[in-house]
Amino acid sequence: MKQRLVTLANAAGVFAGLLVFWQLVLWIFRVPRYMLPSPWAVAQAVHDRFPSLLVSTGITAEEAGGGLVASILVGVIVALLFAQSRWVRKMFYPYTILLQTVPIVAIAPLILMWVGSGTPAVALIAFIISLAPIIANTTQGLISVDENLVHLFIMHNASPAQRLFKLRLPHAVPSLFVGMRIASGIAVIGAITGELYAGSSHVGEGGLGYSILYASSQLQTDYLFALVLAATVLGFSFFFLVMFLEWYFLRRWHESARVPETE
Amino acid sequence: MSAGSAVPQIEFTGVAKRYGDGRVVLNALNISVSKGEFISFLGPSGCGKTTILKLISGLTTPSEGTIRIDGMTPAGARETVSYIFQDPTLLPWRTVTQNIGLGLELEGVASPMRAKKVVELLELVGLAHVAKAYPRELSGGMKMRVSIARALATNPRLLLMDEPFAALDEMSRDRLNEEVLRLRAEQGWTGVFVTHSVAEAVFLSTRVVVLAPNPGRIHAVLPIDLPSPRTSALRSTPEFDSTVARAAHSLRETLAQ
Repeated sequence: MKQRLVTLANAAGVFAGLLVFWQLVLWIFRVPRYMLPSPWAVAQAVHDRFPSLLVSTGITAEEAGGGLVASILVGVIVALLFAQSRWVRKMFYPYTILLQTVPIVAIAPLILMWVGSGTPAVALIAFIISLAPIIANTTQGLISVDENLVHLFIMHNASPAQRLFKLRLPHAVPSLFVGMRIASGIAVIGAITGELYAGSSHVGEGGLGYSILYASSQLQTDYLFALVLAATVLGFSFFFLVMFLEWYFLRRWHESARVPETE
Repeated sequence: MSAGSAVPQIEFTGVAKRYGDGRVVLNALNISVSKGEFISFLGPSGCGKTTILKLISGLTTPSEGTIRIDGMTPAGARETVSYIFQDPTLLPWRTVTQNIGLGLELEGVASPMRAKKVVELLELVGLAHVAKAYPRELSGGMKMRVSIARALATNPRLLLMDEPFAALDEMSRDRLNEEVLRLRAEQGWTGVFVTHSVAEAVFLSTRVVVLAPNPGRIHAVLPIDLPSPRTSALRSTPEFDSTVARAAHSLRETLAQ
């Protein structure tokens, strides 16, 4: 407990130091306000425009969340297909790498053309960008079951369904969570990037990405910073939500959820 | 468990096993094991000990010859056979109780019957106090006990054991050896054991089969005429020592060739 307080105090100290440094830079180099607002101005912007900040964050959260949930569902199904045979894996696995390497900014205009701008298009982009780590990690978990465990199930004449639901799937859950942790971060990044191209520009419907674009064109740099802050908080929230779920489901049996005794 | 001795429980006739690349693992294996025996296969690594168990369980098929278990094919006889692996192979997401009940669950035994059987086995292997624990909380010896209980839960007539105690310290190993004999006396299954420890093979078995490597083949069959029930006291008798010496000598011959 004491150790935790020290850690917290250290983090707070670093944060305060950064703010002081930021303010000093402004004073010493006389940076104009539209280039770099003061920490106070950013706090003011967060306060003054909190409702619209919340709306934008909500929209982005919805898009990223939708994309993430879809990529988990589709990713697990694809992984189940991949786990069926080595041939299927060999034939289709390269395409999941393609999914990971395709520059999302390059295909965003295409998606815009096909789906039209708005929440579905952005969620689609978040889905595409977060799918690959789910597929890769879940597949790995499904196929890396100890051979003797498979033999054990064969010895008891287990049906294919029993082998899947009582052996392969539970064995893959920790790997699925590893994939989800990676995917949760990039789903938010994907949604914000997607909004830069395909976000809705209707009043009250623009997510963080769209608002960032708008604020920068208006030179509302203090609000821009507030939006970046909100985006960071959103990314963290996604990550911690997945971490919490992982801890909740694995705490009793998996080594990764074990709390170090020295804490 | 009456007049079973007429039909041998395990019968190998001219069995050979080759890998895909043509390497011979086992050659010209003829052996028959009758009901109630405890037979150990003793040999240096690479003599196909594990392969023999895989053949009996039907997890692999012979390249030549035939294998009959209770007059059936190995795959057909699986219901009456349990396999204890080198590692405990427990499912980490299941408690001790759920792990022991796995075989019964897979074979569709109803939950109340299963629970009753599991409680019985927890008592039998002395794990009642950790019934709700997860495998990661257990010591190596306790994990192995869970593995044994799981194998016994389905009432096997034939129990296959592949160096189950190789990873344990000597004390735990000796205690578990005694326990295996006690369980066999209570339940009357036939045991097939694989090991590279001479003392372990002698202590457990009614017969020790010494295997020679490259290709795996039978070098000698040694009947073990030690009194039973066997307890830890047996280990310090001259008869035990001389039997172990005889088996060890036979094992050394296989390496000298």
